Formats: sequence, C-alpha cells, structure tokens
Amino acid sequence: MTHHVETHEEAANDRVMFGFWVYLMTDLLMFAILFAVYAVLHGNTMGGPAGRDLFKPELALAETLILLTSSFTAGIGMIAARRGIKRQVLVWFGITFLLGLAFLGIELFEFAEFIHEGHTMTVNAFLSSFFVLVGTHGLHITSGLLWLAILLAFITKRGLTKANVRKLALLSLFWHFLDIVWIFIFTVVYLRAFV
Amino acid sequence: MKEFWLGKLNSHALPHEWFTILGSISFIMLGLTVIALLTYTKRWKWLWNEWLTSVDPKKIGIMYFIVGGFMLLRGGLDAIMIWLQQSLSSGASHGYLSAEHFQQVFTAHGNIMVFFVAMGLIFGLINYIVPLQIGARDLASPFMNTLGFWLYVAGVVMVNMFFLFGGEYAATGWLAVAPLSGKAFSPGVGVDYWIWSLQISGVGTTLGAINFIMTILKMRAKGMTLLKMPLFTWGSLCSMIMAVSVFPLLTMTLFLVFFDRYFGTHFFTTDAGGNAMMYTNLIWMWGHPEVYILMLPSFGVFSEIVSTFSHKPIAYYKSNVLGMIGVSTLALSVWLHHFFTMGASAEVNSAFGVATMIIAIPTTVLVFSWIATMYKGRIRFTTPMLWFLGFIGIFALGGISGVLLAIPPVDFQLHNSLFLVAHFHSTVIGGVLFGIFAGLNYWFPKIAGFRLNERIGRYAVWCWIIGFFVAFTPLYVLGLMGATRRLDHYDASKGWQPFYIMAFVGGLIIAAGVALQIVQIIASFIQRKRLRDTTGDPWDGRTLEWATASPPPSYNFAVIPQVSTRDAYFEMKQLHTPKHAYEDIHMPKNTASGIYISIFAFLAGFGFVWEINWLAVVSIIGIIVCLITRTFNEDSEYTIPAEVVKKMEKAQAAKVRTEHGSNSDDEADMGLIEFVKTVLAWALGMALSIVRKKR
Amino acid sequence: MAKHKKKIREGRAVGLTFLGLIGLGLVVAWLLRGNDVILFNPKGLIATEQHRLMLTSTLIMLGFAVPVLVTLYFFAWKFRETNQKATHNPNVSRGRVAVLAFWGIPTVIMLVLASLMIPATFKLEPQDSIEAGKDPLTIQVVALRWKWLFIYPEQNIATVNYAQIPIDTPVKFELTADETPMSSFWIPHLGGQLYAMTEHVNQLNLIADTLGDYEGSAAEINGAGFAGMRFITRVSTQDDFDTWAHETKQSPTELSTPEYKNLLEPSENHPVASYKDPDPNLYSTILSKYAGSHGGSHGSHTQNAREH
Repeated sequence: MTHHVETHEEAANDRVMFGFWVYLMTDLLMFAILFAVYAVLHGNTMGGPAGRDLFKPELALAETLILLTSSFTAGIGMIAARRGIKRQVLVWFGITFLLGLAFLGIELFEFAEFIHEGHTMTVNAFLSSFFVLVGTHGLHITSGLLWLAILLAFITKRGLTKANVRKLALLSLFWHFLDIVWIFIFTVVYLRAFV
Repeated sequence: MKEFWLGKLNSHALPHEWFTILGSISFIMLGLTVIALLTYTKRWKWLWNEWLTSVDPKKIGIMYFIVGGFMLLRGGLDAIMIWLQQSLSSGASHGYLSAEHFQQVFTAHGNIMVFFVAMGLIFGLINYIVPLQIGARDLASPFMNTLGFWLYVAGVVMVNMFFLFGGEYAATGWLAVAPLSGKAFSPGVGVDYWIWSLQISGVGTTLGAINFIMTILKMRAKGMTLLKMPLFTWGSLCSMIMAVSVFPLLTMTLFLVFFDRYFGTHFFTTDAGGNAMMYTNLIWMWGHPEVYILMLPSFGVFSEIVSTFSHKPIAYYKSNVLGMIGVSTLALSVWLHHFFTMGASAEVNSAFGVATMIIAIPTTVLVFSWIATMYKGRIRFTTPMLWFLGFIGIFALGGISGVLLAIPPVDFQLHNSLFLVAHFHSTVIGGVLFGIFAGLNYWFPKIAGFRLNERIGRYAVWCWIIGFFVAFTPLYVLGLMGATRRLDHYDASKGWQPFYIMAFVGGLIIAAGVALQIVQIIASFIQRKRLRDTTGDPWDGRTLEWATASPPPSYNFAVIPQVSTRDAYFEMKQLHTPKHAYEDIHMPKNTASGIYISIFAFLAGFGFVWEINWLAVVSIIGIIVCLITRTFNEDSEYTIPAEVVKKMEKAQAAKVRTEHGSNSDDEADMGLIEFVKTVLAWALGMALSIVRKKR
Repeated sequence: MAKHKKKIREGRAVGLTFLGLIGLGLVVAWLLRGNDVILFNPKGLIATEQHRLMLTSTLIMLGFAVPVLVTLYFFAWKFRETNQKATHNPNVSRGRVAVLAFWGIPTVIMLVLASLMIPATFKLEPQDSIEAGKDPLTIQVVALRWKWLFIYPEQNIATVNYAQIPIDTPVKFELTADETPMSSFWIPHLGGQLYAMTEHVNQLNLIADTLGDYEGSAAEINGAGFAGMRFITRVSTQDDFDTWAHETKQSPTELSTPEYKNLLEPSENHPVASYKDPDPNLYSTILSKYAGSHGGSHGSHTQNAREH
C-alpha cells in the first residue's frame, strides 16, 4: 500500500488553507450579526422612507450579476494558476479586478445618492443597519481588491511561484465567500424590501 | 488647527485627580525602573532578540504569564478599593470614593480580571503546554502567535491609558450595557477606552484561537488520534472552538457601539429607532460562552492533576471528553439567563432556564470522572492537588447557586444582587483561577527547570481558600438580605455594614495569599539548585510534555515521538521505547511584525478614543502595510542541522547525569521564617557592599 | 519521620477545615442576629412562592451535591498515599454501569428540577395579572434619573420615591423609563424585579399580605446616582390607603408638564415628594416620545428625546 509522506511544505500549505477557512467562518459570524441587526432594525424608519422607497432593484441586480461573473472569472484564473499559465492568470484575475471595481463603483454611487438626498446613517436605525451591513461588505470587497492588486503585481515581478499560487487560492476563497455574502444581502436587504 | 492634530485632547485630559496622578506616577516609575535595569545590565538587545520578537510559544507563554500576573495585581488592587469603599460607606459616610469613581473601579476590575488576567494566563498555559503535549514543535502559525500576544499587550496598555490621558474609564459595569454606554449617558472617553481595549485584545484572542485550533487538529504526533489526546489539550480545544465561535460576535458588537458613539448611528440609542435590548442580547451571546471559554482549560488542568497525583489514568476518559464537549456546546445556547428580568415571556424564560440547568449534567460527569480516578488511587497531596480540593468545594457552591439562578422566578429575586456576585466569583475564582494556579504550580518545574516551594505553596492555598470563604459568604448572605450589586453607599439601618467589613477582611486574607504566591516564587528561586528538576519528569507524569528536558530546548522534541496510547509518556516509560535517528529541524525565525502591527493598532484605537482622525487613518494604513510586508516575506524559517541537534541532546543528557537528582521531598523546603531571614540577610549584605564600595 | 510529619499535617488540615466551616457558620449567624433577611421574610404571595421555590430547589440540589462532595473528600482521605491500608489499583477504571449512572443520575435530578421550574415560571410570570377577587390597582411607574415617579391614574395623584398600596389587593406596576438608561424596579419583600426601559411597558404584578413599610430599590446600574434611587412601599389597610390618596390630592403642587420637566433634570438622593392632578396624558406622552420605530406613522420627528 503506497503511503504518501507529506513534505514539510505540503503540511504547511494544508495548515494555512485550514486556518483560512476557520478565519472565513469568523468573518461569516460577524456578517451574521449584521444580518440579525438588520432584521431587527430594518423596520425602524421613524416614519421616513423604507427600503422599498429607496432601493433601485436594477442597481442591485447589476451588482449581483457583476459579482457573480467576477467569481466565475476568478475561478477560471485559479485553474490557470494551477496549470502554471502566468499570462492567463493575469488576464482572468485582471478582469475579476475590473468587475470588482465596477461593483464598488455602483455601490458608492448608490450610497452617494442616498447621502445627497439626506438619507444618511445617522437618521434612523434602518439606515444605520443598512449602511453598516452593505458598507462592511463593500469594505471587504475593497480589501480584496487591494490584496488582488498587490498579488498580481508580485506575480508579474516574481512569477507564478508555489507561494503565490497558494496566496491566489486564499484570495479566491475570500472572493467567493464575499460573493456568497452578497447573495444573502441581495436577498435579505434588496429583494425582501419589495415583497 | 489644534483640533485637527489633537482631536479632543487638551491639557484638561492630563492627570489632575489624586488617583490619576498616583496611577500615572506608579506606571512611570515602574517603566523607568525597568528601563534603568535593562540599561545597567546592557540587556536591551537580549530582550529584543530573545524575548520580544520571539515566536517560540514557550517564550510567548512566559510573557503572557508576566503580563497576566501583573494585571492580577492591578485588578486585585481594584478589588481592595471596592471592599474598602463598601465597608466604609454606610449611612451618612459616602466612603472615600465618589460614585462615578467607584463605578469606574468595579468596571475596570471586571474587564481586567476577565480579559487581561484570565485570558492572558490561560493563553500562556496553552501556548507553553499544548505543543509539548501533542508532540509538536510550535504552533501552526508562529507569526499569528506573536501578533496575538502583542495585540493583547496593546489592550493592556489601552485599559490603563486613561490614567495618563482622560482620567476616566467606563462607569457602566464590565459589559457596558446600552443605553448607559451610549454617547447620551456616557459622553466622556471612558467607554471609548473600554471599547478599544477590548476590541484590540479581542482580535488577538480570535487570532490565537484560530491558531490553537489549527495546531491541535493538524500538528499532533503520529499515532495521537483525538481520543488519545491529553485532557488539557481537549479542554483547550473545546475552549478555543467556542472562542472562535463567539469572539466575532463581540468584535462586531463593539464596532456597533463604536459607530453609535463616533458616527452617530442608531443601533442601540433610545431614539430614532435604536434598540437597546438588542445590545443586551448580542453582548451576552458573547459574554456567556466567554466564561466557559475561561473554564474549559481549567477543567482540563484538573483532569491532568488528579490523574498524575492519583498515580492512575483518568477514569472514564470518553465521558470526560464528552462532558467538556457538552459544556462547550450547551454554553452557546443559554445567554438569556443573564436578563430573565428584562421582560421576556414565560415560554422564552423557561426554555433558557432549562438549557442553563442542563449544563450541570456534563459538569457533574466531569466530577464523577475525577472521583473515579481517585478511587483506589495513591494520592499525593502536592500543592496542585490542594488547589484541586479547594476548587471542588468552591466551584460546587458556585454551581449550586448557578442552577438556583437559572430558575426564572427565583432569579427575579436574585438578579443583580450580591448573591449573583458571590455566585460568579465562586465559579471564576474557585474554577478558573484555582485551575490556572494549579496548572502553574504543576508545570512550573517544566517551565523554569526547578520546582516550586511546597511549604509556602500550601500556605498560599490555605489563604486563598479561607480568604475566599470569609470574603464571599457574607456576599451570599447580603444578597439574600436584598442588597444589590455595585452600590457605592447604602442606608445604615439595613445592617449591611458588618457583612461588608467581613468581606473586606476576607479580601485581605486573599491578598495575603497572593503575597505568599509571590514569596513562593522568590523562595523557590533562592533554593533553585536544590529544587532543580534534572530528569524533566518531577511528578512521574503520564503525558508527553514530561518527556522533554526542563526547560525544553527551543525545538521541544529532537525526534517527534510516535504515539500509540493515551498517557503516551507513561507508556513510553514502561516500554523503554528506542530512539529514532535525528533529522534536520525547521524552526521559525523571530519577527518584529507583531510588535509593529500592535503599535499601529494601539495608535488607531487611541486616535478613535480622542477623535484624532488623521492618527486613526495613518495607523490603519500602517497595519495594512505591515501585514502586506509580512505576507510577502518568504524568508521566515531557519534550519537546525541534525548534527547540531545530536550535540544539543547529548549535552542535555550529560547534564542529567552529573547534576544531583531533584529532591521531591518537600521537608527541606524553606518556610516563611527562613525566607524572611534569608531576604533580610541578603538586603543587609547588599547595603553593606554598597557602603563598602563608597569607601 | 517525613511520613509521620505528613500524617500529622494531613490530620490537622482536615480538623481545621471542619472547625473553620463551623466557625464561619457561627460568625455569620451571629452577624445576622436581629437582621431582616428579606428573601426569607416574604410579605406577599409572589415573594412567598418564589421563596418556596428557592428553598425546594436548593434542598433537591444539596440532596444530590452533598453526598457527591462527601464521597470525593472521603476518597481523597481514604486513598492518600500515607494510608497503607487502602488498596491501590493503578489500572484505568472501567464499567458501563458507572457511565450510565454518571450521565443518568444528574439527568434525573435536572428533570426533577425542570418539572418544578417550568410550571412555576408560567405561574409566576410577572406580567400576568393576579386573581384575588378584587379589582387591581394600577400604578404607572417611570424610572427617572435618579428617582422613581409613581402616577396613580385612578386616584389622580403622583409621588416620587414613595408608593402606598392597600393590603391584599393585586397591584399592577406599569414600568417604563424616561431619559434614563435601563433600570430595574425591585421590592424584594413583595416579589422579584422587572426592568423599566424607555419605549417599553413592563407590567409587574404584586400583592402584599402583611402591613408594613418595605424598601424598594433600583437593581440595574443606570448612572452615577444609581445607589440613591431607593423608595419606600407602604402597605396599609384599604381605609388608610383611601385617606392617604385623599390627603395627597390636597398637595400644593400639580404634576403638570412643566413640573414634570423639572423632574426630568437629573438629581440624586431625591427626597419623597407628592403631587396632585398629574397630567392625564403624561404617561402616554412619555411613551410616544420613543415610539414610531416600528414603521408606524405616528412617530413624529419633532418630538425627539432630549438627551444630554
């Protein structure tokens, strides 16, 4: 019976992946709190406009499609990374980056409109919980984009080393996780407002 | 312009009350003393290279002990202040503290004891002992380990920062319930210091918990299945899984409080739709599991101690493990019992009451496991075993009062009374703290290379046990007399004062116990040659940590042992397992990243406390830059070649042969009188030599 | 010689422990002489039931815990290494029956306790009315900083830090708060506490069966003046209560809206005060200050809570 002895590097790799999953679970728990808070507070508009009056479903749909696509392109980029094809990695993750940027742009546009109309997060509990829930997700996306940009720069300079591929794998995991959280946001925040 | 650079900081924030002046001077004197000592002995580089930047969990563990021990004194001082105030403030006398000050003292006392003493000492024990018990050389992520430690230190600094700037801490009770902790009712910086000291150290705890879980699940020696792990490792695993599940709740809740105060959002405010009751739910969803996070490692410690000192394997190991898992799981479902009186329906209250009572079942199974272990054992009453005996009585009292409090109609009469305070001190002191003390006594020879003085250790245990009963029995009684907690003064007609005074006397006895523990360490150091542990196994232990030298080399095990049973080391001793060949050992390099990130984290928190926005932004950028630099650092390991390992092991074996065996017989341990004589003689000698030098 | 010393030491430890516990009990008993241990001195139906439940549960738990503790300490004594007579079995203890007992016995005890606790929780639900053949007396209570305001809507009077109720009459305390953090309303002689919070009304139903003056307090920290937030509840006969209500209605001051605004100002150790003719809309006005949060339209933006 063949017995594969794990090398020192493989063991370390395995540990890092596992640890990152545990970290993602803690991040998920933090989002869970924000969802719970939103569930409790979203009706507290103090007579002001509710989600139904403020949200533009077409924007939310656009954001969802963009983010889903970016997860898809990240997936393809990851396959290329495992195959060691540097150019494809840069192309597909580059597209992911641009899509992410587009997502952020739409979200910032939405926020700017609300603020301009006087619906800031200090007005009532509904707006507080909306801005913090969606905004926290947006902050995570921003961190992911920053991380991706730096990683792509390193890959350009140092090439597709084993360490860089591992880092890409972690980033992909993070990105898919954010996509899943967004699906929940889309459902709980935007869709439910119109039901 | 000045507002941009300094935020809300102004000259009024500097110390100008007696306690802030006193506190600031104390810390500054302490700091200057340390700096002077280091400079005089030329040990700055040594400190930086050997300790501060170290990623060795043994060294990080010792640093946790030192900081945690120091905070124990600070929190204990708060306790004495509380006891003194309440003994004095009967009737017309309002004691020596104002109401606001008193409220800050007990808030700080609670925060310090839970976050910086208990968590710190527990993290120290897990860091040092768990890798040794599972046959590992380090934790899964040495970098996260040092980062977690320094974030903890940043939290320690933050919780003491108000002495120097601001002069006030939160006056809201240790969990700062809303809306009292909102900007409307607590406009000062006290609650902000509360937020950031807990937030920064909380992130450190979460990182540490992830690290410990990775280590225990992925780095055990070959052959050590989960059901062959030592029970301290099991207790730590259960505790850390709980930690990773609930500390994110605390992190987010603290952020929400921060947003309310800093940005004016309405999560927990009384106006504009905020929901203060939601804060109570969120904070206790973290808060209750937290106390079990503290307790589980202590359960594990006691299992180890009962087994070793009964000269028997632990009885009903699987039930013991299931008991610990049961406690951890159930602990996540009982949080509402902290606010039965907030007005939930009978359905909700009784559901949570039942859930709370059920926790007593796995806890009792643990006690049965210990009883069965002692049955037909050959019990040696060393100091750790004495801590165990004290733990059982006091913790049982805490458990019974706890089940009583779990009954909603009874809780309506006991909630927020001194009965409640006595209950949780019974469980936390009798359970968590005694477990930590027992563990420190038990593993001290492994850590320091010589065992602790047994005689003075016994005196310390007695002082703690007697002091506890004298201090907290009156609190149980006061609770039954209708006394609420957190009172800075009360009517003389109630007849409460004698009980408060009795509690104060108990407090002094406990303080004597703490003093004796310090004396114990010093006396052991004085007699360290005689007390030296040369074999690495002073207690005839059963688990793997005793298979190493005392203290272990940096790599713990020259050859990772192969395990086939529980009580792996005991097995090895019976079978005299042969040695394997030496291999190259990969070790992680030191790093200062943890220190730098924590400094930035502290500065960011400080910036948020004083609304110095540029400082907060710059510090956050600093954290990000440090993290990026670290993750792209490919050069984080070094190798010890096999021949060097062989040499080091041979040298250690030679030492064992030439030095005299450790004397486990404690009859020759110095007593108190001899200690005092020794110290006086030393002091006299020092004085004389200084006088002679001057001549 | 060392073993002999150990034996003396061990014997002395056990002896001193017993003496110490007895001594502790004696000291506490002596300190307690003449004192009113309120939770053992209930003066109303609710408190009496709660007291009984507390005692029964404690006895059940002690009935289980004491033998377990005695066994543990007895084993510690019997199997100590200086005791040559005890057998030593270095092998691991086993036994399926034992495991069943370990898990089973505590489960049974908890089931017994739960069977007591669940019906009692429903029976003693504080927000349920008490059936006593009489019409309940309603008192609206507002937690302020740092005093308790009692409004008697039927008697048209109001008091601060003092409440009088007739004996053997169910009383509904409707608890809320204004510009005050969460507070807890507690009259331990009569029953358990309940939180008084802004935006909510919690109903605490109590009934007294003995005449007397009973102390009440705030049990949840709500700021600097929290310790002084005490009040007296006087339980009198129905006639004395009517007399008192009539006398209070002759008070010089009316609890009008401007007068209430004075009360809203934080004050510590507030003396007892009486008012006549409280504004009939006062309580609902206080509540509506914080209302409008559940998507309702009657929350007006103009009436925001005045906060520091």
